Amino acid sequence: MSDTHAQSVAFVRDTAIPPSPAPANAAGPVKWMRDNLFATWANALLTVAAIYVIFLVLSATLPWIFGGLWTTSSLAECREVLQGRSAACFSVLTDRWNQLLFGFKYPVDLYWRPTVAFVLLFVAAAPVLFFDLPRKLLIVTALYPFIAYYLIWGGTIWAPLFALAGFGVGYYVYSHLVHRSFAIGFFGGIAAAIIAWVVGSYLTGALASETPFLEAVPSRDMGGFMLNMMLGVTCVSLSLPIGIALALGRQSSMPLIKWICVVFIEFIRGVPLITLLFVANVMLAYFFPPGSGVDLFLRVVIMITMFSSAYIAEVIRGGLAALPKGQYEAADSLGLDYPQAMRLIILPQALKISIPGIVNIAVGLFKDTTLVSVISMFDLVGMIRGPILASTDWNGVYWELLGFAALLFFVVCYGISQYSQWLERRLATDHR
Amino acid sequence: MTRNHVTLKVANNKVRDTGNSFMTTFTDPPTESFRLSMLLNDTRYRSGTMQAIAAILLALALFYLYSNLSANLKAAGLNISFDFLGSPAGYDINQTLVDYNSQSSNLQAAIVGILNTLLVASLACITATVFGVLAGVLRLSNNWLVRKLMAFYVEIFRNIPVLIWVIIIFTIMTAVLPGPREFRGDNATSSMFLDLFAFTNRGVYTPGPQFTNGFGGAIDWLLVIAVLLASLFATRAVAASADRKQAETGVRPKTLWVNLAIWFVPVIVLLTILGLTWEVPELKGFNFKGGIKIGGPLIALWFALSIYTGAFIAENVRAGIQAVSKGQTEAASALGLRSNRVMSLVVLPQALRVIIPPLISQYLNITKNSSLAIAVGYADITATLGGITLNQTGRAIECILLLMLFYLVISLVISAVMNVYNNAMKLKER
Amino acid sequence: MKKSVIFGALTVAGLAAGAAAAGTLDDVKARGKLNCGVTTGLVGFAAPDANGEWKGFDVAVCRAVAAGVLGDATAVEFVPTTGKTRFTALASGEIDMLARNTTWTFSRDVDLKFDFVGVNYYDGQGFMVPKDLGVSSAKDLDGATVCIQTGTTTELNLADFFRANNISYEPVPIETNAEAQQQYLAGACDVYTTDASGLAATRATFEDPAGHTLLPEIISKEPLGPLVRHGDSEWGDVVRWTLNALITAEELGVSSANVGEMAASTNNPEIARLLGTEGTLGEMLGLDADWAKRAIETQGNYGEIFAKNIGEETPIGLARGLNSQWTDGGLLYSPPFR
Repeated sequence: MSDTHAQSVAFVRDTAIPPSPAPANAAGPVKWMRDNLFATWANALLTVAAIYVIFLVLSATLPWIFGGLWTTSSLAECREVLQGRSAACFSVLTDRWNQLLFGFKYPVDLYWRPTVAFVLLFVAAAPVLFFDLPRKLLIVTALYPFIAYYLIWGGTIWAPLFALAGFGVGYYVYSHLVHRSFAIGFFGGIAAAIIAWVVGSYLTGALASETPFLEAVPSRDMGGFMLNMMLGVTCVSLSLPIGIALALGRQSSMPLIKWICVVFIEFIRGVPLITLLFVANVMLAYFFPPGSGVDLFLRVVIMITMFSSAYIAEVIRGGLAALPKGQYEAADSLGLDYPQAMRLIILPQALKISIPGIVNIAVGLFKDTTLVSVISMFDLVGMIRGPILASTDWNGVYWELLGFAALLFFVVCYGISQYSQWLERRLATDHR
Repeated sequence: MTRNHVTLKVANNKVRDTGNSFMTTFTDPPTESFRLSMLLNDTRYRSGTMQAIAAILLALALFYLYSNLSANLKAAGLNISFDFLGSPAGYDINQTLVDYNSQSSNLQAAIVGILNTLLVASLACITATVFGVLAGVLRLSNNWLVRKLMAFYVEIFRNIPVLIWVIIIFTIMTAVLPGPREFRGDNATSSMFLDLFAFTNRGVYTPGPQFTNGFGGAIDWLLVIAVLLASLFATRAVAASADRKQAETGVRPKTLWVNLAIWFVPVIVLLTILGLTWEVPELKGFNFKGGIKIGGPLIALWFALSIYTGAFIAENVRAGIQAVSKGQTEAASALGLRSNRVMSLVVLPQALRVIIPPLISQYLNITKNSSLAIAVGYADITATLGGITLNQTGRAIECILLLMLFYLVISLVISAVMNVYNNAMKLKER
Repeated sequence: MKKSVIFGALTVAGLAAGAAAAGTLDDVKARGKLNCGVTTGLVGFAAPDANGEWKGFDVAVCRAVAAGVLGDATAVEFVPTTGKTRFTALASGEIDMLARNTTWTFSRDVDLKFDFVGVNYYDGQGFMVPKDLGVSSAKDLDGATVCIQTGTTTELNLADFFRANNISYEPVPIETNAEAQQQYLAGACDVYTTDASGLAATRATFEDPAGHTLLPEIISKEPLGPLVRHGDSEWGDVVRWTLNALITAEELGVSSANVGEMAASTNNPEIARLLGTEGTLGEMLGLDADWAKRAIETQGNYGEIFAKNIGEETPIGLARGLNSQWTDGGLLYSPPFR
């Protein structure tokens, strides 16, 4: 074939012609824009409107941000330098940086302690957040509360040590009794831990030296963003076990326990956090023994923990309800008793389903920690609304401070919510 | 524990297992002697034991708290008394829906606060729904830029505390809008919008309706509402008759004009009879007078709550629409329904089932978050009863108990509504 | 926190039956620190400075008490309180004394069961307006929007004043001074009202203080003073006489500069009794002889404290006015030390 026609054709192409680019209006950015921005008239109008809005916002903010001053020492000086020009006076951030992060009372030379605790937080949180990491890291997580307490509050090292020892004793007793019955082990463990703590607190009083290695800082001196972080982390971690207990209690077949849990959950969820903080601030003191002087931080932690545990309980209840009934029945038919069924079959699955919901609650709770500024605690917002704006130097700097607070919260909360979405995707593949 | 549980089942089947002494007592009920450990190990008693323990613990805890409270109060020489509710409040409130002056009682101040809370919460619920639905639908738009813009809106509002938003928006309002002073004089820097609306940093002044030959008081407004309700029922009747006709003939009669007439004609006639005029606000002295004033704190709180909650509602709406499978839309189109009928008859009813429960809990959140009024000086219940009244009378425990009671009642009512709705909308499985 | 939990458990165990009520004075001595309630921040009266040190007129009273009782003017734990929380904080024992511009009123003294131990500042509620508003009297304020800093008896006085003069107004209650002044400066209110001293302190921080005037009307009596819990008279006496010692010191010409010299060489018997070189006044209070000397040494006498924190040399620039010694025509009149 080829021979016969070999002479009749002058040229036979034996390689493919490289594909010519698509017409300009059917490919590349133009096509993309036509598809995504100007598909229809209405769409084009929307695009133009959106661009106009973006332009308005950026043209107002960008010069203000980039013209900002960072080195003056007061607002008056800023105004002098700017000469009526509109620009930010970020100097307030550099001037009061430490106060914004640590509050105005935390000793300056001890700032490294909360900073170290903050860095360690990532190490401690990592094995909880990412399942791929070696499980041994969980030891760090378990030890973290005591290390962080010691770092932030300082004082005698015996207090966190004995607190830890109490948990150790409790676990030891539990593990020796649990083969007889979970309930005996559980309550025995708790009783042993309480005894250990009571003994420990007497010993702490006896052993505490006058000049501890790390200087003690009272919790009234905590403030700034550190206080938000502390409240958020403490309350979320404390409210998890309480939330699980409440969720299980609400599903319980024992009417009294169910009734207690329902009343507690619905009561807490029915009132705003602000009123609970008022309770912490002006009422709770009346409910402690006279003269015990439980400090405000602890009272606030109690109320916020109650608040978040009620919400977490509802999320976990959702997770429990989402489990197919067959799981409960299967656990029963294996002859597992209630604690075993919960520990081995139900909770691992229910918690897994609830994780995204729990993370959402955690983000919401972290944002809500700003409300403590209403009850005269100097968290980030409290610092801004109180000492900084009230000072003669920085009276009248609103945007820079509020913008900074918003940015800080955005970074943290957006990070957590991105993590939650990642987790959700990952867990979703597991289910298929 | 496990073994006991298993053996119990076996025991019921009358199979002997002599390896377990507990077993033997169980298989032989008449000779069974009660032992203390059975309280914990026997499922027949365990739940009773647990509940008894719980009851004792609860009673102890309550008694402990109560004894502390009474000891503390006694030590401080205080008592719990709600008498202060009847005594004059002594302070003024700038935004009130009912008659109130500084001689009114603390109880009346609390009622003013309650109404103000309900006002801002209901306004914010409406606008938050509008913002949320708009943003949720636009997030699914074909337009890339709009999609991204809406995603930005949702993320930025969801991830920053609402308290910061309330403060920022209040600050923007006071800083950006002009004060009434700037409307004054010949070379005023600000002027009224259309000569009808004044946007100041104290609030927005709009023309207010006035009845020149009405009956006075609330009667006029009750009349208007009655007429509107009548119109509503009339349109329902029209729709029902249209349905009947459609069922008989297969053709749906056009009802649009009839409906419009039913809605508008009676109201317009009534308003003309009552002599409706609009009173336009005017700058007199320090402030605008006349018309309706919507106070700055109210606007700031209202707007902040709606735009913040709108971001959450947008996510609910998006999830709801995405939850309706595409097959539903396609099936509806295949039946020959037009796209608006597809939306209203097929997609929305299914999406709403997903959207409404979280929507109602967002409404609940709005009501609770309205307590942030305290940051902007809006006289809601937290600012009156839980704020100034508490400050002036020092009755902290009483005020806060009442405050919590109020929010609890509201949220229980909303939850009850939600339950009714959920039951009505539950997929009826046959 | 864990520690507090443990202590909480301890107190549950130990104090369930009800604590033996020790006197506040003994508590303070045992603790080695004075818990003193102050405002959350009012420049001149009590506010943390850039280094986080509390400074101000009320703060000095706390420090003087601490110096007298504990011998260390820095042994004070300042507890910031809002208008809402101050009374509970005091009643529940969280603080030992409240030195937060709190007005001495009948109901607070009698109904809320507190003891006002004296007056450290005679104040009155005033009005501040922008100069260009052209208002010269509070009676011209018909229809004005008034920003109120809530907390003291401000709202009630304001309502009374406008009702008595039969004129109308629109109140805008604001919790913190910083936010109230933001509203005022932006023109969201025509008038800003709070205690005249607070107004002066606020005006001092403005960009253009001269653009604002304080109206002549002072519409209320605001005797501001420290207070303690009712029923603990020993502790009340300590705070009362510390305050009186500061006032008497000014009257007798004892200042922080010359107190050492005076104590050694005075032949005025009242000064000698005050500074503990004669008589046993300190012992009667349950303190040592030098208590007043230490208070004056560390904080200065009343006049020095006033001048240092809110006097005319400071940005706040308050004149002594009613707060002069009775010998200068003011209201400060301390009972004699004998």
